[in-house]
Amino acid sequence: MLHKLLDLITSLKLTIICLAAAMALIFAGTLAQVHLGIHEAQQRYFQSMFVWWPPDGRGFHVPIFPGGHLIGAVLLINLIAAHVKRFRWTWRKLGIHLTHAGLIIMLAGGLFTDLFAVESHMRLANGDTKNYSEDMRETELAVVDTSSDDLDQVTAIPESVLRHNRVIDHWTLPFQIVVRNFYQNSRLKMLSQAGEGARPIANQGPGAMIAVEPAPPATAADERDVPSAAIEILPKDGSSLGTWLVSDALGAPQTFACGGRTWMIRLRPSRYYKPYSVTLQKFTHEKYGGTEIPKNFSSKVTLIDPERSVDRDVLIYMNHPLRYRGETFYQAGFQPDDSATILQVVHNPTFIAPYVACVIVAAGLLVQFGFHLVGFSRQRRGAVA
Amino acid sequence: MKRFLPWIILPVAAALIFPNWVPPKTAANDFDFSGFGKIPVLVGGRVKPLDTVARNSLLIIHGKQELRLESGRRLGAMQWLTDVLFNAPVADQYPVFVVQNADVLGLFGWEQTDRKYFSFAEFAPFLKQIDEQAAQSDKLEAVQRSAYQSAILNLRNGLSLYQRLKNSIQPEGAQNFAAELQRFKSTVPGAAKAARERAMGENFDKAKLNDVAELIQRYERLSQMAYMLVVPPMGLPGSAPPATGNGEWHSVGDTLLGSVGTGEIHPIVIEYAIIGDAYRANAPSVFSQHVQLITDWFAKEQPKATKRASFEFLFNWFQPFSQSMTLYVLAFLLACASWLGWSAPLRRSAFYLLLLALAIHTFGLVSRMYLQERPPVTNLYSSAIFIGWGAVIVALILERIFRDGIGAACAGAIGFVTLIIAHHLAGSGDTLEMLQAVLDTNIWLATHVVAITTGYSAMFLAGMLAIIYVVRGVFTRSLKKQTADSLARMTYGVVCFATLFSFVGTVLGGIWADQSWGRFWGWDPKENGAVLIVLWCAIILHARWGGFIRQRGLMIMALFGNIVTSFSWFGVNMLGVGLHSYGFMEKAFPWLVGFMISQLALMCVAAMPLEKWRSFQVAPIPSRGEQPQISPAPSAG
Repeated sequence: MLHKLLDLITSLKLTIICLAAAMALIFAGTLAQVHLGIHEAQQRYFQSMFVWWPPDGRGFHVPIFPGGHLIGAVLLINLIAAHVKRFRWTWRKLGIHLTHAGLIIMLAGGLFTDLFAVESHMRLANGDTKNYSEDMRETELAVVDTSSDDLDQVTAIPESVLRHNRVIDHWTLPFQIVVRNFYQNSRLKMLSQAGEGARPIANQGPGAMIAVEPAPPATAADERDVPSAAIEILPKDGSSLGTWLVSDALGAPQTFACGGRTWMIRLRPSRYYKPYSVTLQKFTHEKYGGTEIPKNFSSKVTLIDPERSVDRDVLIYMNHPLRYRGETFYQAGFQPDDSATILQVVHNPTFIAPYVACVIVAAGLLVQFGFHLVGFSRQRRGAVA
Repeated sequence: MKRFLPWIILPVAAALIFPNWVPPKTAANDFDFSGFGKIPVLVGGRVKPLDTVARNSLLIIHGKQELRLESGRRLGAMQWLTDVLFNAPVADQYPVFVVQNADVLGLFGWEQTDRKYFSFAEFAPFLKQIDEQAAQSDKLEAVQRSAYQSAILNLRNGLSLYQRLKNSIQPEGAQNFAAELQRFKSTVPGAAKAARERAMGENFDKAKLNDVAELIQRYERLSQMAYMLVVPPMGLPGSAPPATGNGEWHSVGDTLLGSVGTGEIHPIVIEYAIIGDAYRANAPSVFSQHVQLITDWFAKEQPKATKRASFEFLFNWFQPFSQSMTLYVLAFLLACASWLGWSAPLRRSAFYLLLLALAIHTFGLVSRMYLQERPPVTNLYSSAIFIGWGAVIVALILERIFRDGIGAACAGAIGFVTLIIAHHLAGSGDTLEMLQAVLDTNIWLATHVVAITTGYSAMFLAGMLAIIYVVRGVFTRSLKKQTADSLARMTYGVVCFATLFSFVGTVLGGIWADQSWGRFWGWDPKENGAVLIVLWCAIILHARWGGFIRQRGLMIMALFGNIVTSFSWFGVNMLGVGLHSYGFMEKAFPWLVGFMISQLALMCVAAMPLEKWRSFQVAPIPSRGEQPQISPAPSAG
């Protein structure tokens, strides 16, 4: 039995089946991007153990195809097992060994990146300084204690917690937060413009004059959801302070008083704080003469890191990112009127893996096919002679 | 006779394409359109000769680089452009705009007949209507537009390009532009004085001010409309034109507005005005003389742009790709004929023709690189040219090794088909367009893009070898065992080659993405397409090494490789998502589907039992267990 299993996981047939399954999956996942958008399709097809049907059915759903993680893992096991079992050192096999060793590095690196890489954005207007970047999809409910003069105490509640209509009770807060409604994606309208029958979901702050309409999840690559929620604040004495509307679409934070302190609440993109700060000196957007075709985008920033005593100017432009303390800053976009730059901030501990893997595999393929070619031309010469 | 065949065929073929080798000459008493066509201008961010502007504009508007009038007279692109620039009333009557959509014609109350070309004058009463309709379809994504909506948008774009061309060098309808400029120059100082007086609250000459104000308005409109920037960076001493963000070239309108401050008019503007006036006055000698003056001026002030522009003019005239296309077809036919008889001389003729075609193809490719100062592949058009070029080279090497006409036939077929594809991709205008910011890196264009496209070349070559195997094997008796074996060996070798390049290209693409977007892999459709090719190559090679497939299986899989590669090359672009999609190509869609179906059909044919294959019919069919390889015995014929 064990022997059979070993045969199976080291077999070439399994390799071919996995490769074919990967092709089918990638093909289907690519076509699905047309309707789902790249991000959603990626989640369902590639970054999952199974592809499910019906895709968004909450109740009954069945796996209909292995997902990217499963295929990748099986392929990796198959690859390693087969080489452990059949490994014989000969020069003739050098190419094959190199190729597959490189592939193992690449697959493992890909898996690590999928699990551990974090991508976020930093939007900076000219002159802005920030010491945090923001998540591109996730939001958080920030509850800030602003009573102290020199220090704000921030309690951030992730969107995933809000989504499940929970009562939130945190030791830093002298009150409970009850999530009354939560919309993954929404449009806000003034009540006066929302038409008959529209009701506000909040009774405090500007939310009392705003109607919230649910919207389907955003699919386009450049769109993000606008989550909104109605939250009720319940002090520990059992009374209620009222219900507030919090939304990513509401710019300014709202304040209230509780327990003798002033609190600020705001639903905002999740933040990743950094031990250093970045200031935008100047964003430049060059075009080709007489056209609207962009020629180059660049952001001149100042990087200040008191811990490491760094204070220097850096130019970030197309294909020339800034790498600093394990994070990489890329020129990703800009405000349509060129007033602000958008930097993509990536934290990817295994970014080096594909570079190494590429060199090893390429060398392996060259050696392997080189052997073939030499053998072949010898044979030809033999045949002619 | 047989021995000399190649030496007869080669000169005949060369003579066939010879007329294009001689640059066009202008008769002494004719307008010097060639000289005029060599003058550099800036359009779309690139300095190019007027001839290129003329050809591309006519291609966009008319679908061809030449115009045939109802009288049967042929008009070259430059002649057409000269009329548009200087003699708009005449040009307005030329039937240049293509409309084939009945609904668009119905909008104007016209019934559809077999006429498909219409003149600007015919559309003139409906311009507002066309604009409104087009604005509606402009709001939609290309994929969502109906045939009518695409057609009306196309028409609007053509009309707007045409109107901008008309206002590129002089205001449309100007009769004596040189005199107008003189008047402008002489009144500007007086008007400037009047303006100063007005500002100081003194008495001022209102008439003088109004006169110039009218002209200024006229030139402001000219500067807004201009399609071409014809005034190069130089400027008279102290006459810096207003900063408009147009790099350093300026339109005539801009330059004239700048003249208000200096009272000087740029010599190029005056020369163009004289040329236009001479053209309207039908004075070829004055026209040609002033074209020469501009040419000399450019040669002195802008030597690099001038050299490049005249080279591009010759390149346009020479049309290397359409010439090599002709030669590739001939070579393909000769190579196929060589399997029927007269093998050696026909095969050698095909080989020499291919060398000639490849030389011309290479010349075209290198010329484009020189003109653009870029690695060979920068857009879909150039990828088609490069894929053909790469495949032809590899196929010629195979021909050199195996000497059986197969490599030659593949080279001819792939060279021809890829160049035809390129020809049809060129319809959207300049194929030497400037690159978006993220692509502005020669290192990655030269490595990632070249490796990927070389991988495509190899995949298509493997597929072509498989087509030859199946067609010859099933439908003819010409597939002998030796031929079949060498075909299999070639296919296998080419698949190995494809694996190497596709893999390296894909990973280099990932590294580029890591450099510019911060992630190695983003599941972008084009990336997925590339990895599909790599996976398919890996499957073929492992299936072969594991003994799951033999000769015929290899061929069937290579045929499927054609489908995978065409999906990766074109199919993913049609999805309209991701960072690599270069626009939706509805016209190419049926062709792509047709190609894929044809390959599936060939795979089915190849999957037929061997006794149905004509080449294998006579031989007893060896059972699989006995022999490791399908070994067809030579047929009786």
